[in-house]
Amino acid sequence: MEPMESTPPVVQIKGIRDGLLVTFADIPWEEQRAALMQQIHEKASFFQGARLAIDVGNQPLKVNDLVDLRDWLSEQTINLWAVISESPTTEHTAQLLGLATRISKPRPEENHHVLDGVPSDQALFISKTIRSGTRIEYPGTVVVFGDVNPGAEIVAEGNVIVWGRVRGVIHAGSKGDRSVFICALDLSANQLRIADEVSAMLNPQKDPKPEIASINEEGKLQAELWHSGETNIRK
Amino acid sequence: MTAKVITVTSGKGGVGKTTAVANLATALAMDGKRVVCIDGDIGLRNLDVVMGLENRIVYDLVDVIEGRCKLKQAMIRDKHLPDLYLIPAAQTRDKNAVSPSDMVRICNDLRPDTDFVIVDSPAGIERGFRNAIAAADSVLVVTNPEVSAVRDADRVVGLLEAEEKGPPSLIINRLNPNLVKNNDMLSAEDVLDLLGIRLIGIVPEDENVIIGSNRGAPTVGDAKSRAGQAFRNIAKRLQGEEVPFMDLAPQSGLWNAIQRFAGRK
Ligand SMILES: Nc1ncnc2c1ncn2[C@@H]1O[C@H](COP(=O)(O)OP(=O)(O)OP(=O)(O)O)[C@@H](O)[C@H]1O
Ligand SMILES: [Mg+2]
Repeated sequence: MEPMESTPPVVQIKGIRDGLLVTFADIPWEEQRAALMQQIHEKASFFQGARLAIDVGNQPLKVNDLVDLRDWLSEQTINLWAVISESPTTEHTAQLLGLATRISKPRPEENHHVLDGVPSDQALFISKTIRSGTRIEYPGTVVVFGDVNPGAEIVAEGNVIVWGRVRGVIHAGSKGDRSVFICALDLSANQLRIADEVSAMLNPQKDPKPEIASINEEGKLQAELWHSGETNIRK
Repeated sequence: MTAKVITVTSGKGGVGKTTAVANLATALAMDGKRVVCIDGDIGLRNLDVVMGLENRIVYDLVDVIEGRCKLKQAMIRDKHLPDLYLIPAAQTRDKNAVSPSDMVRICNDLRPDTDFVIVDSPAGIERGFRNAIAAADSVLVVTNPEVSAVRDADRVVGLLEAEEKGPPSLIINRLNPNLVKNNDMLSAEDVLDLLGIRLIGIVPEDENVIIGSNRGAPTVGDAKSRAGQAFRNIAKRLQGEEVPFMDLAPQSGLWNAIQRFAGRK
């Protein structure tokens, strides 16, 4: 290994509240990526189990770029949770993969009541069908205008609202908030979860009607038909 | 002439990508188009076998990329159709010998004097898939009416959307109307309903496909084959013609589903 003191480092790593933040010199993505991988190889124990946010500047990254990196990192037991970029392409890609695109925002507190009005800048709005192999993870409410297909997963710390069909896996209140809800025009999900309650008994309906699932008085996860005018949500 | 580059892909293996490429390319050439197919399945080449051109191979795709021959030298002319060519995959190399920009370059070189470039892709969603779609102007996703194949097709559609390749069109291959009737197979309607993309053709299960592949003579050349007819129809649709869907068997609701997605962008 050559000593690198003389040139500015290609990769910079610093500790932040949410784990580690990696920033890069302004070089092509392949080189940024290679440099990061090398750092991780050299300091494997330092990175073990880390939560990683990366700032890629204005690199336009596509899904495959980020998926490759995320998969490689997860093999090294490193969790990529945020990608910060000035490029709209990269931001969009990160959102598609359910990665955070900002780290300055404080993360919701443990007993944060999402139902007390979700600040709109904390809801993730996705206007497309979420297809197999996509996992959306978000520290707030997720609104999908489209279907959630089998093999797709939505993991939200807040509520999940789907203007479409749910056939994948939905986990609302993923950090333990039991007051959240999941609602959809057709809730024939493979599996629903709110906090640590699991429900897997939803059958596809012939003539689907909007439904809302929440945790009832007995502490069970329950789905009910949506009736306009009354709210099934506990306050 | 400026070619349209069409990539055929699927996610799941063995659903009929290579069969579709061989048949569609042959059908387009039968309609008088100038067609080049590229076997993008490096290391597992078999488009040449299905097209009956195996023993004519001298140079392959990797030879072109690495400068050992000119593009023209790697284009093998079909035995019967003078305007149909195949650029075979390398059998002894792996997919890393090709990059997405190589594919874009080769397709761009082919564009000026070709009507259609049809690219066969390997199974999976890794490097070989990325190479295959790199130059595509449009993508055909092949699936079988089977839950796992449809799930993988859905995954591929998601990746294509993220790559901004535009909405792909769907070929449902190996549909068996009798199984569908007895509820032992997903119907075309079920598949369409989930994927929500434009249907460009349904190809029935047909033993002529297997016979044709083994003989190196794609089924479209056989006027009596049902699958051949379905592929000929798809080739017409690729040329912008409106061709009614074949009546495979009475399937309630299919027409509605087709109508629903036909207009989708
Ligand atoms: N409509 C059909 N009817 C009957 N058999 C078919 C049909 N379509 C394909 N097959 C058969 O299915 C097998 C797999 O087809 P093919 O090789 O085209 O799939 P593929 O998607 O290219 O596979 P791979 O992922 O391995 O490249 C072949 O034996 C082929 O003859
Ligand atoms: Mg094949």
